[in-house]
Amino acid sequence: MWSKKSAKVVIVAGAVIGCALVAPTLKHVHDATVKAQQPVQRAPLPRHPEVKSPDGSLVVQLCDGETAVAVAGVKEGDVLPPETARAVAHELMTRHAEQQEKQASKWSARDRLIWEREQARVVSEGDKLFHDWKALGGTIGISCDMCHPDGSNTHPETYPKFQTQLKRVATLRDMINWCIENPMKGQPLAADDARMIALEAYITARRKGVPLEPGKH
Amino acid sequence: MYLKWKAREERYRAERTDFFAALKRLDRRSFVKIAALAGGYAAARGLAPHSFQLVDVVRAAESDKPAFRFAYISDTHLYERTLNERFVKAAMRAVEDVNALDPQPDFVLFGGDLAQLGKPGELELGKQILAELKAPVKMIVGEHDWFLDMGDKWKELFGPPQYSFDHKGVHFIVLMSVNEKDFWTARKMTPEERMQTVAGLDNALQSRFEVGAEGRAWLAKDLATVPKDRPIIVFSHSPLYKYYRPWNFWTEDAEEVQALLAPFKSVTVIHGHTHQMLTNRIKNIHFHGMLSTAWPWPYAPEGLPKLTVQMDRADPFDEADGTGHGVIDALQGGYVDAHYTLWSRNPIKVAKAYLESWGKTAVPPVPQFPSY
Repeated sequence: MWSKKSAKVVIVAGAVIGCALVAPTLKHVHDATVKAQQPVQRAPLPRHPEVKSPDGSLVVQLCDGETAVAVAGVKEGDVLPPETARAVAHELMTRHAEQQEKQASKWSARDRLIWEREQARVVSEGDKLFHDWKALGGTIGISCDMCHPDGSNTHPETYPKFQTQLKRVATLRDMINWCIENPMKGQPLAADDARMIALEAYITARRKGVPLEPGKH
Repeated sequence: MYLKWKAREERYRAERTDFFAALKRLDRRSFVKIAALAGGYAAARGLAPHSFQLVDVVRAAESDKPAFRFAYISDTHLYERTLNERFVKAAMRAVEDVNALDPQPDFVLFGGDLAQLGKPGELELGKQILAELKAPVKMIVGEHDWFLDMGDKWKELFGPPQYSFDHKGVHFIVLMSVNEKDFWTARKMTPEERMQTVAGLDNALQSRFEVGAEGRAWLAKDLATVPKDRPIIVFSHSPLYKYYRPWNFWTEDAEEVQALLAPFKSVTVIHGHTHQMLTNRIKNIHFHGMLSTAWPWPYAPEGLPKLTVQMDRADPFDEADGTGHGVIDALQGGYVDAHYTLWSRNPIKVAKAYLESWGKTAVPPVPQFPSY
Protein backbone atom coordinates (compact mmCIF):
# COMPACT_ATOMS: atom_id res chain seq x y z
CA MET A 1 0.00 0.00 0.00
CA TRP A 2 1.39 3.35 -1.06
CA SER A 3 1.16 6.39 1.13
CA LYS A 4 2.48 9.89 0.69
CA LYS A 5 5.28 9.10 3.13
CA SER A 6 6.43 5.93 1.46
CA ALA A 7 6.43 7.45 -2.03
CA LYS A 8 10.05 7.64 -3.04
CA VAL A 9 10.74 9.83 -6.01
CA VAL A 10 14.07 9.44 -7.70
CA ILE A 11 15.30 11.57 -10.52
CA VAL A 12 16.46 9.25 -13.24
CA ALA A 13 17.39 11.55 -16.04
CA GLY A 14 17.54 15.18 -16.92
CA ALA A 15 18.50 13.81 -20.28
CA VAL A 16 18.75 16.51 -22.89
CA ILE A 17 16.93 15.26 -25.93
CA GLY A 18 17.24 18.53 -27.75
CA CYS A 19 14.80 20.98 -29.23
CA ALA A 20 12.64 18.89 -31.46
CA LEU A 21 10.86 21.48 -33.57
CA VAL A 22 10.22 19.41 -36.64
CA ALA A 23 8.71 21.23 -39.59
CA PRO A 24 5.60 19.42 -40.81
CA THR A 25 5.99 18.61 -44.46
CA LEU A 26 3.36 19.86 -46.86
CA LYS A 27 5.24 19.34 -50.07
CA HIS A 28 2.51 16.98 -51.23
CA VAL A 29 -0.06 19.74 -51.44
CA HIS A 30 0.99 20.64 -54.94
CA ASP A 31 0.82 17.04 -56.08
CA ALA A 32 -2.77 17.16 -54.88
CA THR A 33 -3.66 19.18 -57.95
CA VAL A 34 -2.84 16.11 -59.96
CA LYS A 35 -4.23 13.43 -57.65
CA ALA A 36 -7.22 15.38 -56.50
CA GLN A 37 -9.09 12.60 -54.73
CA GLN A 38 -6.14 11.23 -52.71
CA PRO A 39 -5.96 12.23 -49.05
CA VAL A 40 -2.87 14.31 -48.42
CA GLN A 41 -1.04 12.68 -45.51
CA ARG A 42 1.05 14.62 -43.09
CA ALA A 43 4.25 13.17 -41.66
CA PRO A 44 3.52 11.48 -38.31
CA LEU A 45 3.92 13.80 -35.35
CA PRO A 46 7.37 13.53 -33.71
CA ARG A 47 7.55 11.68 -30.35
CA HIS A 48 9.94 11.94 -27.47
CA PRO A 49 12.22 8.94 -27.05
CA GLU A 50 11.00 6.63 -24.32
CA VAL A 51 13.14 6.57 -21.16
CA LYS A 52 13.54 3.28 -19.26
CA SER A 53 14.75 2.86 -15.68
CA PRO A 54 17.50 0.26 -15.08
CA ASP A 55 15.49 -1.59 -12.41
CA GLY A 56 12.16 -1.71 -14.28
CA SER A 57 10.48 0.97 -12.18
CA LEU A 58 7.77 3.05 -13.78
CA VAL A 59 9.18 6.16 -15.51
CA VAL A 60 7.07 9.30 -15.86
CA GLN A 61 8.16 11.84 -18.48
CA LEU A 62 7.40 15.53 -18.59
CA CYS A 63 5.99 17.00 -21.80
CA ASP A 64 9.26 18.88 -22.37
CA GLY A 65 10.81 15.57 -23.39
CA GLU A 66 13.75 16.20 -21.11
CA THR A 67 12.67 15.65 -17.53
CA ALA A 68 11.71 12.23 -16.25
CA VAL A 69 11.39 10.46 -12.90
CA ALA A 70 11.42 6.80 -11.94
CA VAL A 71 9.04 5.90 -9.13
CA ALA A 72 10.66 3.43 -6.78
CA GLY A 73 8.43 0.55 -5.82
CA VAL A 74 6.09 0.89 -8.78
CA LYS A 75 6.68 -1.41 -11.70
CA GLU A 76 6.29 -0.47 -15.32
CA GLY A 77 2.71 -1.15 -16.37
CA ASP A 78 1.24 -0.47 -12.91
CA VAL A 79 -1.13 2.38 -12.19
CA LEU A 80 -0.02 5.10 -9.78
CA PRO A 81 -2.28 5.68 -6.78
CA PRO A 82 -3.67 9.28 -6.94
CA GLU A 83 -1.57 10.69 -4.10
CA THR A 84 1.65 9.27 -5.50
CA ALA A 85 0.72 10.57 -8.95
CA ARG A 86 0.29 14.04 -7.50
CA ALA A 87 3.63 13.83 -5.69
CA VAL A 88 5.36 12.73 -8.91
CA ALA A 89 3.76 15.54 -10.89
CA HIS A 90 4.81 18.04 -8.26
CA GLU A 91 8.39 16.78 -8.35
CA LEU A 92 8.49 16.97 -12.15
CA MET A 93 7.16 20.50 -12.24
CA THR A 94 9.66 21.61 -9.57
CA ARG A 95 12.58 20.20 -11.58
CA HIS A 96 11.23 21.78 -14.74
CA ALA A 97 10.93 25.18 -13.07
CA GLU A 98 14.53 24.89 -11.83
CA GLN A 99 15.74 24.28 -15.36
CA GLN A 100 13.65 27.12 -16.80
CA GLU A 101 15.20 29.56 -14.32
CA LYS A 102 18.65 28.87 -15.69
CA GLN A 103 17.87 30.08 -19.22
CA ALA A 104 16.43 33.40 -20.38
CA SER A 105 14.75 31.77 -23.36
CA LYS A 106 14.75 28.27 -24.69
CA TRP A 107 13.90 29.47 -28.20
CA SER A 108 16.48 30.85 -30.54
CA ALA A 109 16.07 33.43 -33.28
CA ARG A 110 16.22 30.51 -35.68
CA ASP A 111 13.22 28.89 -34.00
CA ARG A 112 11.30 32.12 -34.35
CA LEU A 113 12.14 32.31 -38.04
CA ILE A 114 10.96 28.74 -38.54
CA TRP A 115 7.67 29.51 -36.77
CA GLU A 116 6.98 32.52 -38.92
CA ARG A 117 7.96 30.91 -42.21
CA GLU A 118 6.09 27.69 -41.60
CA GLN A 119 2.99 29.60 -40.56
CA ALA A 120 3.15 31.82 -43.63
CA ARG A 121 3.79 28.86 -45.90
CA VAL A 122 0.81 26.86 -44.68
CA VAL A 123 -1.45 29.93 -44.82
CA SER A 124 -0.36 30.52 -48.40
CA GLU A 125 -1.03 26.86 -49.27
CA GLY A 126 -4.50 27.38 -47.83
CA ASP A 127 -4.92 30.48 -49.96
CA LYS A 128 -4.02 28.48 -53.08
CA LEU A 129 -6.39 25.65 -52.17
CA PHE A 130 -9.12 28.22 -51.57
CA HIS A 131 -8.90 29.14 -55.26
CA ASP A 132 -8.38 25.62 -56.65
CA TRP A 133 -11.45 23.38 -56.79
CA LYS A 134 -9.52 20.53 -58.39
CA ALA A 135 -6.98 20.37 -55.56
CA LEU A 136 -9.81 20.00 -53.05
CA GLY A 137 -11.49 17.25 -55.04
CA GLY A 138 -14.37 19.44 -56.24
CA THR A 139 -16.16 18.21 -59.35
CA ILE A 140 -18.27 21.09 -60.68
CA GLY A 141 -15.90 24.03 -60.97
CA ILE A 142 -16.93 25.78 -57.75
CA SER A 143 -14.06 26.93 -55.54
CA CYS A 144 -14.16 28.37 -52.01
CA ASP A 145 -13.30 31.94 -53.06
CA MET A 146 -16.39 32.13 -55.28
CA CYS A 147 -18.57 32.59 -52.19
CA HIS A 148 -15.84 33.69 -49.77
CA PRO A 149 -13.49 36.21 -51.43
CA ASP A 150 -10.54 36.85 -49.10
CA GLY A 151 -11.97 34.14 -46.86
CA SER A 152 -14.84 36.49 -45.99
CA ASN A 153 -18.05 35.29 -44.38
CA THR A 154 -16.43 32.18 -42.90
CA HIS A 155 -16.20 33.53 -39.35
CA PRO A 156 -13.85 31.00 -37.75
CA GLU A 157 -14.05 33.00 -34.50
CA THR A 158 -17.67 31.92 -34.01
CA TYR A 159 -16.98 28.15 -33.98
CA PRO A 160 -17.75 25.76 -32.40
CA LYS A 161 -21.40 26.80 -32.63
CA PHE A 162 -24.81 25.26 -32.86
CA GLN A 163 -25.86 24.74 -36.45
CA THR A 164 -29.63 24.55 -36.60
CA GLN A 165 -29.49 22.59 -39.85
CA LEU A 166 -27.14 19.94 -38.42
CA LYS A 167 -28.91 19.97 -35.05
CA ARG A 168 -25.56 19.89 -33.23
CA VAL A 169 -22.61 22.01 -32.29
CA ALA A 170 -20.35 22.08 -35.33
CA THR A 171 -16.69 22.98 -35.75
CA LEU A 172 -15.13 25.07 -38.48
CA ARG A 173 -13.76 21.81 -39.86
CA ASP A 174 -17.28 20.37 -40.11
CA MET A 175 -18.33 23.40 -42.12
CA ILE A 176 -15.30 23.25 -44.42
CA ASN A 177 -16.18 19.66 -45.20
CA TRP A 178 -19.81 20.62 -45.63
CA CYS A 179 -18.81 23.08 -48.35
CA ILE A 180 -16.50 20.56 -50.01
CA GLU A 181 -19.24 17.92 -50.06
CA ASN A 182 -22.21 20.07 -51.05
CA PRO A 183 -21.57 23.17 -53.17
CA MET A 184 -18.28 21.74 -54.45
CA LYS A 185 -19.55 18.17 -54.83
CA GLY A 186 -16.34 16.59 -53.55
CA GLN A 187 -15.35 14.13 -50.82
CA PRO A 188 -14.82 15.31 -47.24
CA LEU A 189 -11.23 15.67 -46.05
CA ALA A 190 -9.83 13.72 -43.09
CA ALA A 191 -9.26 15.84 -39.99
CA ASP A 192 -5.48 15.44 -40.30
CA ASP A 193 -5.37 15.91 -44.09
CA ALA A 194 -2.72 18.51 -44.82
CA ARG A 195 -5.21 20.38 -47.00
CA MET A 196 -7.63 20.69 -44.10
CA ILE A 197 -4.88 22.11 -41.88
CA ALA A 198 -3.92 24.58 -44.62
CA LEU A 199 -7.55 25.70 -45.13
CA GLU A 200 -8.00 26.21 -41.41
CA ALA A 201 -4.74 28.13 -41.22
CA TYR A 202 -5.77 30.44 -44.09
CA ILE A 203 -9.31 31.04 -42.83
CA THR A 204 -8.26 31.81 -39.27
CA ALA A 205 -5.30 33.94 -40.40
CA ARG A 206 -7.76 36.15 -42.30
CA ARG A 207 -9.54 36.88 -39.00
CA LYS A 208 -6.46 37.57 -36.92
CA GLY A 209 -7.22 40.01 -34.12
CA VAL A 210 -11.00 39.48 -34.24
CA PRO A 211 -12.22 38.55 -30.73
CA LEU A 212 -13.26 34.95 -30.22
CA GLU A 213 -17.01 34.61 -29.98
CA PRO A 214 -17.74 30.90 -29.99
CA GLY A 215 -21.45 30.25 -30.40
CA LYS A 216 -22.27 33.58 -32.06
CA HIS A 217 -25.06 33.19 -34.57
CA MET B 1 -42.21 27.07 -52.47
CA TYR B 2 -41.08 29.99 -54.59
CA LEU B 3 -44.17 29.66 -56.78
CA LYS B 4 -46.22 30.30 -53.69
CA TRP B 5 -44.43 33.56 -53.02
CA LYS B 6 -44.85 34.65 -56.58
CA ALA B 7 -48.54 33.83 -56.62
CA ARG B 8 -48.86 35.84 -53.45
CA GLU B 9 -47.12 38.82 -54.96
CA GLU B 10 -49.20 38.69 -58.10
CA ARG B 11 -52.39 38.49 -56.13
CA TYR B 12 -51.17 41.50 -54.22
CA ARG B 13 -50.71 43.39 -57.46
CA ALA B 14 -54.18 42.47 -58.71
CA GLU B 15 -55.68 43.60 -55.43
CA ARG B 16 -53.72 46.80 -55.56
CA THR B 17 -54.96 47.56 -59.08
CA ASP B 18 -58.56 46.95 -57.99
CA PHE B 19 -57.90 49.16 -55.08
CA PHE B 20 -56.64 52.03 -57.22
CA ALA B 21 -59.68 51.67 -59.46
CA ALA B 22 -61.98 51.81 -56.45
CA LEU B 23 -60.24 54.90 -55.14
CA LYS B 24 -61.20 56.84 -58.25
CA ARG B 25 -64.89 56.45 -57.37
CA LEU B 26 -64.22 57.56 -53.86
CA ASP B 27 -66.72 59.28 -51.56
CA ARG B 28 -66.79 59.31 -47.79
CA ARG B 29 -68.94 56.18 -47.43
CA SER B 30 -67.01 54.02 -49.90
CA PHE B 31 -63.69 55.19 -48.41
CA VAL B 32 -64.57 53.38 -45.19
CA LYS B 33 -65.52 50.32 -47.22
CA ILE B 34 -62.27 50.33 -49.18
CA ALA B 35 -60.22 50.89 -46.05
CA ALA B 36 -61.88 47.85 -44.49
CA LEU B 37 -61.21 45.93 -47.68
CA ALA B 38 -57.53 46.82 -47.56
CA GLY B 39 -57.29 45.69 -43.97
CA GLY B 40 -59.05 42.47 -44.93
CA TYR B 41 -56.58 41.77 -47.72
CA ALA B 42 -53.69 42.22 -45.38
CA ALA B 43 -55.17 39.95 -42.74
CA ALA B 44 -56.18 37.31 -45.28
CA ARG B 45 -52.68 37.14 -46.65
CA GLY B 46 -51.20 36.87 -43.21
CA LEU B 47 -49.07 39.94 -43.75
CA ALA B 48 -48.14 42.50 -41.21
CA PRO B 49 -50.47 45.53 -41.48
CA HIS B 50 -47.63 47.85 -42.48
CA SER B 51 -47.05 45.96 -45.70
CA PHE B 52 -50.28 47.32 -47.17
CA GLN B 53 -50.79 50.82 -45.95
CA LEU B 54 -53.81 52.78 -46.96
CA VAL B 55 -51.88 55.99 -46.38
CA ASP B 56 -49.34 55.07 -49.04
CA VAL B 57 -52.04 54.32 -51.52
CA VAL B 58 -53.92 57.56 -50.96
CA ARG B 59 -50.72 59.57 -51.26
CA ALA B 60 -49.42 57.74 -54.30
CA ALA B 61 -49.13 60.31 -57.05
CA GLU B 62 -50.11 59.58 -60.61
CA SER B 63 -46.41 59.83 -61.53
CA ASP B 64 -45.59 56.96 -59.16
CA LYS B 65 -47.75 54.49 -61.05
CA PRO B 66 -45.89 51.98 -63.19
CA ALA B 67 -45.66 52.93 -66.84
CA PHE B 68 -44.29 49.50 -67.77
CA ARG B 69 -42.19 46.78 -66.30
CA PHE B 70 -39.25 44.71 -67.32
CA ALA B 71 -37.76 41.65 -65.67
CA TYR B 72 -34.12 40.87 -65.06
CA ILE B 73 -31.96 37.78 -64.85
CA SER B 74 -28.30 38.22 -64.09
CA ASP B 75 -24.95 36.58 -63.38
CA THR B 76 -25.72 32.98 -64.35
CA HIS B 77 -21.99 32.09 -64.52
CA LEU B 78 -22.62 29.05 -66.67
CA TYR B 79 -20.06 26.34 -67.04
CA GLU B 80 -20.62 23.78 -69.72
CA ARG B 81 -23.48 21.50 -68.81
CA THR B 82 -21.30 18.39 -68.42
CA LEU B 83 -19.20 20.07 -65.72
CA ASN B 84 -21.72 21.99 -63.67
CA GLU B 85 -25.42 21.32 -63.74
CA ARG B 86 -26.27 23.47 -60.75
CA PHE B 87 -25.82 26.88 -62.36
CA VAL B 88 -27.59 25.66 -65.52
CA LYS B 89 -30.60 24.60 -63.48
CA ALA B 90 -30.65 27.94 -61.67
CA ALA B 91 -30.60 29.84 -64.97
CA MET B 92 -33.43 27.69 -66.31
CA ARG B 93 -35.42 28.24 -63.15
CA ALA B 94 -35.12 32.01 -63.60
CA VAL B 95 -36.28 31.72 -67.21
CA GLU B 96 -39.28 29.64 -66.15
CA ASP B 97 -40.14 32.13 -63.42
CA VAL B 98 -40.00 35.09 -65.80
CA ASN B 99 -42.03 33.21 -68.40
CA ALA B 100 -44.69 32.62 -65.75
CA LEU B 101 -45.13 36.35 -65.08
CA ASP B 102 -48.58 37.52 -66.07
CA PRO B 103 -48.73 40.02 -67.61
CA GLN B 104 -45.42 39.46 -69.34
CA PRO B 105 -42.71 42.11 -68.90
CA ASP B 106 -42.01 44.35 -71.89
CA PHE B 107 -38.54 42.85 -72.10
CA VAL B 108 -36.02 40.92 -70.02
CA LEU B 109 -32.67 42.41 -69.12
CA PHE B 110 -29.77 40.01 -68.86
CA GLY B 111 -27.25 41.64 -66.53
CA GLY B 112 -23.97 40.07 -67.69
CA ASP B 113 -21.68 37.19 -66.67
CA LEU B 114 -23.64 34.69 -68.70
CA ALA B 115 -20.55 32.44 -68.79
CA GLN B 116 -18.07 31.55 -66.06
CA LEU B 117 -14.85 31.50 -68.07
CA GLY B 118 -15.95 33.07 -71.37
CA LYS B 119 -15.76 29.79 -73.29
CA PRO B 120 -17.70 29.57 -76.56
CA GLY B 121 -19.60 26.52 -75.26
CA GLU B 122 -20.63 28.38 -72.11
CA LEU B 123 -21.87 31.42 -74.03
CA GLU B 124 -23.74 29.25 -76.55
CA LEU B 125 -25.42 27.34 -73.73
CA GLY B 126 -26.45 30.66 -72.21
CA LYS B 127 -27.89 31.89 -75.47
CA GLN B 128 -29.82 28.65 -75.80
CA ILE B 129 -31.32 29.00 -72.30
CA LEU B 130 -32.23 32.68 -72.74
CA ALA B 131 -33.83 31.85 -76.11
CA GLU B 132 -36.60 30.14 -74.10
CA LEU B 133 -37.76 33.50 -72.76
CA LYS B 134 -41.08 34.64 -74.20
CA ALA B 135 -40.25 38.34 -73.88
CA PRO B 136 -37.42 39.92 -75.91
CA VAL B 137 -34.00 40.00 -74.22
CA LYS B 138 -31.58 42.91 -73.76
CA MET B 139 -28.02 41.82 -73.10
CA ILE B 140 -25.24 43.37 -71.00
CA VAL B 141 -21.74 41.95 -71.20
CA GLY B 142 -19.86 40.97 -68.04
CA GLU B 143 -16.16 40.44 -67.44
CA HIS B 144 -16.64 36.65 -67.31
CA ASP B 145 -18.01 36.79 -70.87
CA TRP B 146 -15.23 38.96 -72.21
CA PHE B 147 -11.65 38.29 -71.15
CA LEU B 148 -10.95 34.94 -72.82
CA ASP B 149 -11.21 36.30 -76.37
CA MET B 150 -11.79 40.00 -75.57
CA GLY B 151 -15.45 39.74 -76.52
CA ASP B 152 -15.21 38.08 -79.95
CA LYS B 153 -17.64 35.24 -79.23
CA TRP B 154 -20.02 37.41 -77.23
CA LYS B 155 -20.23 40.00 -80.01
CA GLU B 156 -20.81 37.25 -82.56
CA LEU B 157 -23.74 35.91 -80.51
CA PHE B 158 -25.28 39.11 -79.14
CA GLY B 159 -24.00 42.09 -81.14
CA PRO B 160 -22.21 45.21 -79.96
CA PRO B 161 -21.74 45.53 -76.18
CA GLN B 162 -22.78 49.19 -76.14
CA TYR B 163 -26.10 50.44 -77.52
CA SER B 164 -29.16 52.51 -76.66
CA PHE B 165 -32.87 52.40 -77.38
CA ASP B 166 -36.08 54.21 -76.49
CA HIS B 167 -39.03 52.48 -74.91
CA LYS B 168 -42.33 54.08 -73.85
CA GLY B 169 -40.79 57.47 -73.14
CA VAL B 170 -37.67 56.18 -71.40
CA HIS B 171 -34.20 56.37 -72.94
CA PHE B 172 -32.26 53.18 -72.23
CA ILE B 173 -28.48 52.99 -72.45
CA VAL B 174 -26.48 49.78 -72.28
CA LEU B 175 -22.88 50.45 -71.26
CA MET B 176 -19.82 48.24 -71.52
CA SER B 177 -18.30 49.07 -68.15
CA VAL B 178 -15.90 46.16 -67.56
CA ASN B 179 -12.93 47.24 -69.65
CA GLU B 180 -9.58 46.79 -67.93
CA LYS B 181 -6.13 48.19 -68.60
CA ASP B 182 -3.69 45.62 -69.97
CA PHE B 183 -2.25 43.72 -67.00
CA TRP B 184 -1.59 40.51 -68.96
CA THR B 185 0.91 41.28 -71.75
CA ALA B 186 3.80 42.25 -69.50
CA ARG B 187 3.13 39.18 -67.36
CA LYS B 188 3.03 36.96 -70.48
CA MET B 189 -0.35 35.53 -69.52
CA THR B 190 -2.27 33.18 -71.79
CA PRO B 191 -5.90 34.11 -72.58
CA GLU B 192 -6.99 31.40 -70.11
CA GLU B 193 -4.80 32.86 -67.36
CA ARG B 194 -6.10 36.34 -68.11
CA MET B 195 -9.69 35.10 -67.90
CA GLN B 196 -9.02 33.16 -64.71
CA THR B 197 -7.47 36.23 -63.09
CA VAL B 198 -10.37 38.50 -63.98
CA ALA B 199 -12.82 35.82 -62.82
CA GLY B 200 -11.52 35.94 -59.24
CA LEU B 201 -12.41 38.83 -56.99
CA ASP B 202 -9.62 38.62 -54.45
CA ASN B 203 -6.48 39.19 -56.44
CA ALA B 204 -4.44 42.34 -56.72
CA LEU B 205 -3.22 41.45 -60.23
CA GLN B 206 -6.04 42.70 -62.37
CA SER B 207 -6.77 46.28 -63.32
CA ARG B 208 -10.01 48.04 -62.26
CA PHE B 209 -13.17 48.21 -64.35
CA GLU B 210 -13.78 51.27 -66.47
CA VAL B 211 -16.09 52.51 -69.19
CA GLY B 212 -12.99 54.04 -70.77
CA ALA B 213 -12.44 57.17 -72.84
CA GLU B 214 -13.98 55.64 -75.97
CA GLY B 215 -17.05 54.44 -74.09
CA ARG B 216 -17.55 57.81 -72.44
CA ALA B 217 -17.24 59.59 -75.78
CA TRP B 218 -19.89 57.26 -77.20
CA LEU B 219 -22.11 57.97 -74.18
CA ALA B 220 -21.71 61.74 -74.50
CA LYS B 221 -22.65 61.54 -78.18
CA ASP B 222 -25.66 59.36 -77.41
CA LEU B 223 -26.89 61.70 -74.67
CA ALA B 224 -26.49 64.82 -76.82
CA THR B 225 -29.86 64.30 -78.52
CA VAL B 226 -31.81 63.27 -75.41
CA PRO B 227 -34.06 65.91 -73.79
CA LYS B 228 -32.97 66.64 -70.21
CA ASP B 229 -36.38 65.80 -68.75
CA ARG B 230 -36.63 62.39 -70.38
CA PRO B 231 -36.14 59.57 -67.85
CA ILE B 232 -32.92 57.65 -68.45
CA ILE B 233 -32.19 54.10 -67.39
CA VAL B 234 -28.62 52.88 -67.75
CA PHE B 235 -27.72 49.20 -67.81
CA SER B 236 -24.18 48.38 -66.77
CA HIS B 237 -22.51 45.26 -65.46
CA SER B 238 -20.37 46.89 -62.78
CA PRO B 239 -21.89 49.42 -60.39
CA LEU B 240 -21.20 52.88 -61.88
CA TYR B 241 -19.73 54.05 -58.60
CA LYS B 242 -16.92 53.07 -56.26
CA TYR B 243 -17.97 50.52 -53.69
CA TYR B 244 -15.00 48.26 -52.80
CA ARG B 245 -11.80 48.44 -54.80
CA PRO B 246 -10.07 45.20 -53.70
CA TRP B 247 -12.93 43.11 -55.13
CA ASN B 248 -13.51 45.33 -58.17
CA PHE B 249 -16.98 46.28 -56.95
CA TRP B 250 -15.83 49.40 -58.67
CA THR B 251 -15.77 51.53 -61.83
CA GLU B 252 -12.60 53.54 -62.05
CA ASP B 253 -14.06 56.38 -64.17
CA ALA B 254 -17.39 56.42 -62.33
CA GLU B 255 -17.24 60.16 -61.58
CA GLU B 256 -16.76 61.02 -65.25
CA VAL B 257 -19.73 58.85 -66.24
CA GLN B 258 -21.88 60.34 -63.46
CA ALA B 259 -20.93 63.82 -64.66
CA LEU B 260 -22.26 63.01 -68.13
CA LEU B 261 -25.54 61.89 -66.57
CA ALA B 262 -25.79 64.81 -64.14
CA PRO B 263 -27.84 67.21 -66.33
CA PHE B 264 -30.75 64.76 -66.58
CA LYS B 265 -33.77 64.94 -64.33
CA SER B 266 -34.20 61.24 -63.61
CA VAL B 267 -31.41 58.69 -64.01
CA THR B 268 -31.50 55.09 -62.86
CA VAL B 269 -28.59 52.66 -63.11
CA ILE B 270 -29.36 48.95 -62.99
CA HIS B 271 -26.25 46.82 -62.59
CA GLY B 272 -25.21 43.20 -62.05
CA HIS B 273 -21.84 41.88 -60.87
CA THR B 274 -22.25 42.26 -57.10
CA HIS B 275 -24.72 39.35 -56.65
CA GLN B 276 -26.54 41.02 -53.77
CA MET B 277 -29.23 43.51 -52.90
CA LEU B 278 -27.47 46.82 -53.29
CA THR B 279 -28.98 50.31 -53.36
CA ASN B 280 -27.28 53.64 -53.74
CA ARG B 281 -28.17 57.21 -54.61
CA ILE B 282 -25.67 59.79 -55.78
CA LYS B 283 -27.40 63.13 -56.43
CA ASN B 284 -29.82 62.58 -59.33
CA ILE B 285 -28.79 58.96 -59.94
CA HIS B 286 -30.52 55.98 -58.34
CA PHE B 287 -28.55 52.71 -58.42
CA HIS B 288 -29.98 49.21 -58.02
CA GLY B 289 -27.91 46.01 -58.00
CA MET B 290 -29.36 42.80 -59.43
CA LEU B 291 -29.39 39.36 -57.84
CA SER B 292 -27.36 36.52 -59.32
CA THR B 293 -28.94 33.18 -60.12
CA ALA B 294 -25.67 31.38 -59.36
CA TRP B 295 -24.50 32.44 -55.88
CA PRO B 296 -24.61 35.48 -53.56
CA TRP B 297 -21.47 37.48 -52.80
CA PRO B 298 -21.02 38.57 -49.20
CA TYR B 299 -21.13 42.30 -48.53
CA ALA B 300 -17.71 43.90 -48.71
CA PRO B 301 -16.06 44.86 -45.41
CA GLU B 302 -16.25 48.57 -46.20
CA GLY B 303 -17.83 51.07 -48.59
CA LEU B 304 -21.35 49.60 -48.58
CA PRO B 305 -23.79 52.35 -49.70
CA LYS B 306 -25.91 53.38 -46.74
CA LEU B 307 -29.22 53.01 -48.59
CA THR B 308 -28.53 49.30 -49.07
CA VAL B 309 -31.10 47.04 -47.51
CA GLN B 310 -28.93 44.09 -46.66
CA MET B 311 -29.95 40.58 -47.52
CA ASP B 312 -29.85 38.22 -44.60
CA ARG B 313 -26.65 36.16 -44.53
CA ALA B 314 -27.11 33.29 -46.98
CA ASP B 315 -27.97 29.94 -45.44
CA PRO B 316 -25.11 27.62 -46.45
CA PHE B 317 -27.50 24.67 -46.36
CA ASP B 318 -29.81 26.15 -49.00
CA GLU B 319 -28.06 26.50 -52.32
CA ALA B 320 -30.72 28.83 -53.72
CA ASP B 321 -30.63 31.19 -50.76
CA GLY B 322 -29.51 34.73 -51.54
CA THR B 323 -30.07 34.17 -55.25
CA GLY B 324 -32.98 34.89 -57.58
CA HIS B 325 -34.11 37.35 -60.21
CA GLY B 326 -36.41 40.35 -60.24
CA VAL B 327 -38.73 42.87 -61.81
CA ILE B 328 -38.32 46.60 -62.35
CA ASP B 329 -41.34 48.90 -62.54
CA ALA B 330 -40.48 51.98 -64.58
CA LEU B 331 -42.68 54.70 -63.13
CA GLN B 332 -44.53 57.31 -65.18
CA GLY B 333 -42.63 60.21 -63.70
CA GLY B 334 -39.22 58.57 -64.06
CA TYR B 335 -37.16 56.43 -61.67
CA VAL B 336 -38.12 52.88 -60.77
CA ASP B 337 -39.33 50.49 -58.11
CA ALA B 338 -37.05 47.46 -57.90
CA HIS B 339 -38.57 44.13 -56.87
CA TYR B 340 -36.16 41.43 -55.72
CA THR B 341 -37.52 37.92 -56.17
CA LEU B 342 -35.36 35.98 -53.73
CA TRP B 343 -35.90 32.29 -54.27
CA SER B 344 -35.86 31.18 -50.66
CA ARG B 345 -37.34 34.27 -49.03
CA ASN B 346 -40.15 36.77 -49.30
CA PRO B 347 -39.85 39.21 -52.19
CA ILE B 348 -38.45 42.62 -51.27
CA LYS B 349 -39.35 45.91 -52.89
CA VAL B 350 -36.93 48.83 -52.96
CA ALA B 351 -39.16 51.71 -53.99
CA LYS B 352 -38.39 55.03 -55.60
CA ALA B 353 -39.83 56.69 -52.49
CA TYR B 354 -37.18 54.97 -50.37
CA LEU B 355 -34.33 56.48 -52.37
CA GLU B 356 -36.00 59.86 -52.84
CA SER B 357 -36.41 60.24 -49.07
CA TRP B 358 -32.84 59.05 -48.43
CA GLY B 359 -34.19 55.99 -46.65
CA LYS B 360 -36.72 57.74 -44.43
CA THR B 361 -39.93 56.35 -45.93
CA ALA B 362 -40.97 53.16 -47.71
CA VAL B 363 -38.27 51.28 -45.81
CA PRO B 364 -38.15 47.62 -46.89
CA PRO B 365 -38.24 44.94 -44.19
CA VAL B 366 -34.93 44.47 -42.40
CA PRO B 367 -33.73 40.90 -41.84
CA GLN B 368 -33.72 39.44 -38.35
CA PHE B 369 -30.04 38.54 -38.53
CA PRO B 370 -28.10 41.17 -40.42
CA SER B 371 -25.21 40.13 -42.62
CA TYR B 372 -21.83 40.22 -40.86
